[in-house]
This record gives sequence, structure tokens and C-alpha cells, in this order.
Amino acid sequence: MSASEQEILEGLAEIINEETGLDPAEVAAEKSFTDDLDIDSLSMMTIVVNAEERFGVRIPDDEVKNLTTVGDAVKFIQSQQG
Amino acid sequence: MTNRRVVVTGLGATTPLGGTITDTWDALLAGRSGIAPMEHDWVERYELPVTFAGELAVPAADVLTKVEVRRMDPSAQYAVIAAREAWADAGEPEVDPERLGVAIGTGIGGVWTLLSQWDVLKEKGLRRVFPLAVPMLMPNSASGNVSLALGARAGAHTTVSACASGAESMGTGYEMIRSGKADVVVAGGTEAAIHPICFAGFAQMQALSTRNDSPETASRPYDTTRDGFVMAEGCGLIVMESEEHARARGARIYAELASIGMSSDAHHITAPEPEGAGASRAMREAVEGAGLAASDICHINAHATSTPVGDVAESNAIRRAFGAAADGMCVSATKSMTGHLLGAAGALEGLFTILSVHHRIAPAAINVTDFDPEIALDVIRGENRTLPSGDIAALNNSFGFGGHNVALVIKSI
Repeated sequence: MSASEQEILEGLAEIINEETGLDPAEVAAEKSFTDDLDIDSLSMMTIVVNAEERFGVRIPDDEVKNLTTVGDAVKFIQSQQG
Repeated sequence: MTNRRVVVTGLGATTPLGGTITDTWDALLAGRSGIAPMEHDWVERYELPVTFAGELAVPAADVLTKVEVRRMDPSAQYAVIAAREAWADAGEPEVDPERLGVAIGTGIGGVWTLLSQWDVLKEKGLRRVFPLAVPMLMPNSASGNVSLALGARAGAHTTVSACASGAESMGTGYEMIRSGKADVVVAGGTEAAIHPICFAGFAQMQALSTRNDSPETASRPYDTTRDGFVMAEGCGLIVMESEEHARARGARIYAELASIGMSSDAHHITAPEPEGAGASRAMREAVEGAGLAASDICHINAHATSTPVGDVAESNAIRRAFGAAADGMCVSATKSMTGHLLGAAGALEGLFTILSVHHRIAPAAINVTDFDPEIALDVIRGENRTLPSGDIAALNNSFGFGGHNVALVIKSI
């Protein structure tokens, strides 16, 4: 069963909070992972792997560099869901 | 070398006796044991012959944030806890970051991370391996994380010399200040090796006490019935400064770190040289380096792990180093209460020696009911011992597998 955009955003916010301690309320669609949320490449790897497990999708390494904002990630995850 | 005097202005620890150095010291003077049965399921699963240890009195997760716990190996977590306490205790000194150093040793390093991530690779595959696995498992993880926490840029070092690591790191910090490389250094040792593989390895070596029916009395240095050491974990760190720097900011000074002596046995990878030739050289070098005579040393915090061979070898080494002057040195065997913190032991006992000199009181060993007649030392038992007034000096001994011998001299100020 696929998740809605809102559910994916909330799930990502939880994953990011667990990895970095960032307040989930800070995690909005327009925020940039690096510039706004200060997430480094090592943390990004962990967030990606946890998101894959949670949403049952695969996010290839080549794709990760295209995910600039949280919204990009939400859209990509949604597009990959059956 | 500028040969500046080095003084101690801050202390921090997390140990089986307490979550702070204050709680640890109070428990030590009260003669309490930090040793208890372990409640991990792996004790039974792997049929470990030893079922007790000295685990932290206050778990790291009770003190740190969830993210800190996730992103640091326990060995680094303990160091960050102790560093915050020591830094606050020193009054958060104002110092140029490029004049602030770190030196934190460990015996075993990030064994929990190494082996749990190996399990992840085998069971869940490459993609689930934590990207921070390497920076967590590396032995310099603690010094790196503490340098980040304090913004220390003069250099962050890690000495690895088994159970002498913590004391040797204090020596590294001492040299940084003496040589003029730094004005302030946070130094000591950390260990988080309460892991089944460590019990299995030490047990196969017959190094551990197996007194499972009486954990609190298992660590009994210098007792005729001692049967091995008791594994423990934790961290002890000090803030040391050049005397000039400490005086200029009006800091409270606990004592002077007056000298370090070091040697290596080249005798056997684990067994101490029975006559104590190497250990006695380290002790003499430390005392001479401090510009003192043997008769100036009134107290020794001994390595005293409670192994049948090691305790006698240390007694022989002290006699060999100081002869009849050893009669005037009262000896504390604090592992009887803390257990053996491996790479953190020398540092924690360094803190105890500093506090003994500062407060003029040396803790009594517990569990020594049948004193070994082969031990030719004035081992403090029963009541804590009051140390003399006036100028005093004390010695802290640490020895490690590999034949490492380290002796520190602490002077009153």
C-alpha cells in the first residue's frame, strides 16, 4: 500500500530526527538537505537506507545526488511505490 | 623544551562507582564495590565462565542525547561525558583553540561498533552497514569526538598501550604542555569493552576472577585467595594546564602532574617480568624526573589488578625501585572497588592519586581478609589513611599487556 505525500514527509521527518536530532517541524518540503538542514553525506546515506526500509523502495546512489530538497525525496519515493 | 610546570585544574569521570568523579570518590572513600552480576542475555548464551563486571553506575544513555548515543561508540560516549564534567570543573577555561589539546587513550577501542556492524554486514548486507562504522570503531574516536566537543585544535592524540593507555595519555598531555605545544590539555583514558568477546578472550587466558557467587568480593588485590581481575568500564579525564596559564586565570589547582616515567619489558606479551626490572625503571625515572628522592613519595596508587602473578611482580618492582624507602609509601589498591577499567584504569587511578594528594587521604582496599605474606608493601586496609601535611608526592603505577610500564608522579601544590 503506497503512502501519501504527507505520510512520506512525516516519515522522513521522523527518520531525520532520529539521525540528526532536528525538530521534525523543521523538515518541510522546500528545505534543502545540505543548505537548510545541514545534513552531511554520511547522515544522508543513513537517512536514505532507513527511508528505503520504511517505504519499501530502492533509492539508487546515482539518484541520491538529485534529491536536493525534502520535497524532491518525497516525490521520488512516491514515484517508486507500487 | 620549555619545561613548564603542569598542574591539574579539572576532573571528570564516569565509572562503576558513580556517574561523576565526585560520586566515584565518595563511594571509594566509603569502601563500596562497583561490581555486580551482569544481566545481559549473552552471558548465558555463550556460557561465559564469568557472569559479573563493573558496569557504569549511570548508563551513558541517561546523560547523552539520543543522537549522540547513535553516532558514537560507547567508548567515545564515556569520554564526552567525562570531558564535559572535567571542563566544567576547571571553570571552562578561556583558551585559544590552537593552544588546547586532547590526549585520550583506550585499550580496546570501538569493539562494540566493530562487531555489531560486522553482524549487520553478514545478516542484512552492505547497504545496512552504518556509514559512521569506521569513525565509531577507530581507537581515536574518543579523542576526535572530545576535540570536536571542546573545539581543541592543538592536536588530538590517542595512546594505545593496553591497561597503561590512560596513564600514558596523561604523559602525552604533559609533554604537550612542557614542550610549549599547548597551554591546556584534556587527557586520560576510556574503555567500553564489556563485550562477550572480551570476556571470552580474557577467560581463555585465565586472567579473570570466576568468583560468580560473590561479585562484590571478587576483586581482592594482595589477598592470598585472589584469582584474577574483574572487568570494568568507564572513563577518567583531567584538565591540565601550564601553571602560568592556570595562575593567570585564578584557577583552582588540585595538584601538580610532576613527571612521567615509561619503560617496556620485552619479556613476554602478557606476563610481567617477575623481578619487576622494567616497572621499577619506570618508577625511578618518574621520581627522578620530578626532582624527588624515593623518601619524598608517601603514597602509591598501585596497578594491583588482583591477579596472582601481577600483584607480586608489582610488589617486587616497587621494592626493587625504592628499597627500604618503600616502607614509607602507603599503597592503595582501588581496583578492589572499581574493578579493572583496562585502558581507562591508569587515568582513573591518576585522578584518585590527584584527589589523594589534594585531600590528603588515601583510600583503603576492600576484600583483603587474608593478606598475602609475599607482598612486601604497606597496603592500606580497613581505614582510609591520612597523608602527611606539608609538601607531599605520590606515584601512580600502570602496566599493560605488551610489557608497557607507566608511572606518574603527582605533587601537592
